[in-house]
Amino acid sequence: MTNYINQGNKDTRSGFGAGLTELGRTNPNVVALCADLIGSLKMQTFIDENPERFFQVGIAEANMMGIAAGLTIGGKIPFTGTFANFSTGRVYDQIRQSIAYSGKNVKICASHAGITLGEDGATHQILEDIGLMKMLPGMTVINPCDYNQTKNATIAIASYYGPVYLRFGRPSVANFTSKSLEFEIGKGIQLQTGKDVTIVATGHLVWEALEAAKDLKSQGIEAEVINIHTIKPLDEEIIIKSVLKTGCLVSAEEHNYLGGMGESIAGLLAKTNPCPMEFVATQDTFGESGTPSELMAKYGLDKDAIIKKVLTVKNRI
Amino acid sequence: MSDIKILEQTTIQVRRDILRMVNKVNSGHPGGSLGCAEFFVALYFEQMEVTLPFSMDGKNEDLFFLSNGHISPVFYSVLSRRGFFPVDELNSFRLISSRLQGHPTTHEGLPGVRIASGSLGQGLSVSIGAALAKKINNDQKIIYTLVGDGELQEGQNWEALMFAAAKGVDNIIATVDLNGKQIDGSTNDVLPMGSLKDKFQAFGWEVIELKEGNSIPHILKALQLAKSKLGSGKPVVILMETEMGNGVDFMMHTHAWHGKAPNHEQLENALSQNKETLGDY
Repeated sequence: MTNYINQGNKDTRSGFGAGLTELGRTNPNVVALCADLIGSLKMQTFIDENPERFFQVGIAEANMMGIAAGLTIGGKIPFTGTFANFSTGRVYDQIRQSIAYSGKNVKICASHAGITLGEDGATHQILEDIGLMKMLPGMTVINPCDYNQTKNATIAIASYYGPVYLRFGRPSVANFTSKSLEFEIGKGIQLQTGKDVTIVATGHLVWEALEAAKDLKSQGIEAEVINIHTIKPLDEEIIIKSVLKTGCLVSAEEHNYLGGMGESIAGLLAKTNPCPMEFVATQDTFGESGTPSELMAKYGLDKDAIIKKVLTVKNRI
Repeated sequence: MSDIKILEQTTIQVRRDILRMVNKVNSGHPGGSLGCAEFFVALYFEQMEVTLPFSMDGKNEDLFFLSNGHISPVFYSVLSRRGFFPVDELNSFRLISSRLQGHPTTHEGLPGVRIASGSLGQGLSVSIGAALAKKINNDQKIIYTLVGDGELQEGQNWEALMFAAAKGVDNIIATVDLNGKQIDGSTNDVLPMGSLKDKFQAFGWEVIELKEGNSIPHILKALQLAKSKLGSGKPVVILMETEMGNGVDFMMHTHAWHGKAPNHEQLENALSQNKETLGDY
């Protein structure tokens, strides 16, 4: 069993900010836009270093998406920054028509995704964004798991042509992936090898899955842990290969089970290799105010929830 | 023939194209298309500096964005007549597997179209983005865009207007098609918008009023005036009064032909009022 070391808690949004800073230094076509959330999105260093390539649009997300689409005409690579809720639901039609249908090279960078932004409550949380974005034809959907992966993903999407939804969060979480690991869009990462159950996790739930795997090991269950950072396109091969060995699967994500990564995996398994599956996800509900850890516990999104679902799915074999 | 006369002859042919396109598929939007025929011809055959063959990035050329995408018939006709794609392709308007979708799109790769439009209120933001890209690229050419008057009821436009003035986006000429009509009736009945001139000025735009929006000489004069005002820190708008259905007597002075195609008899009547000039497709 590989031992993953937490290099120190960090927020994934700071990984985005660091990635954007690096892009500012290395790719002159990268431009950034923000709808009055520069501090929250950690964009200040990029702005300080590239004031002519930054556009503050104010509290006007619809306009921001349209401007981003227009900026691509002439070869720019726009990165938009606001909360996940205001990056998706609020501007769905703008993204649909001006970005996705028009095939524009816009990177929609969404912080405060999921429930873990905490105390602001359900108006600012979003548990539907993966579904909204993955349903758009041609949209790539990425949900990195820690600071390093978010930074590397931010850098990687600039080199890929096409619309991307990059989802990250506010809380400080374990930073455990290698900072030198190149981010490959659409390529899952096998973090643990096991024969008894496959745990597929994305975003903040990946560390929880690793912690769960440790506990399960002491109970005599060897869990295979796969990090799916790219929900669309889904790395089907790594998932199928794993369930052929384990015969059951638990998905784990900070999102509604409807429309989430788990739903994509369920569809894949139904078509290729039907097997028992359980979902660690929110159960068609809005969030509420609370601390991130309280919310993760209450909504069944932590290590304990994963362990419980593993035991359930094992019983179904 | 004078230059103006040639443009007017072209406009008549564009009207025929519009009418025949919508009649063939018994759908589409002839009213607003006819109302803007002179504007499109003036823009594409005289005002804009465009480069062929088409390139999406459009560097060092003027760009046009259509926000009220439902008037695709006039856009398609003028693009094809200007050489962006074969005129014969107008035959495929709204047909299955066509590049000429009901509303303009980049999705099928139709030359001349740089953004999908149809869901209203988005074109101005896109145009501003393209204008910013030109500024970053040190490209001196101009962004043109057309917005419907009813379309200004969409709130995103006002976000865009506020932004463009605040950020000094002064390489853009927006034109509002003031035909006073929308699907459910006159704009004054559906949702009166008050003085658009006052609103645009209050938002910090340079406003040019064009009362004769179906007269090519007047349109060209307004476009030239607009161009002369660029580069002074303010975006420019032309409030262009047009007659929906212009050039076909029974389609004028009503909103009935906003989204309705003429039947065969009506088509013949309409075409008899606009005799072939450049040759039908």
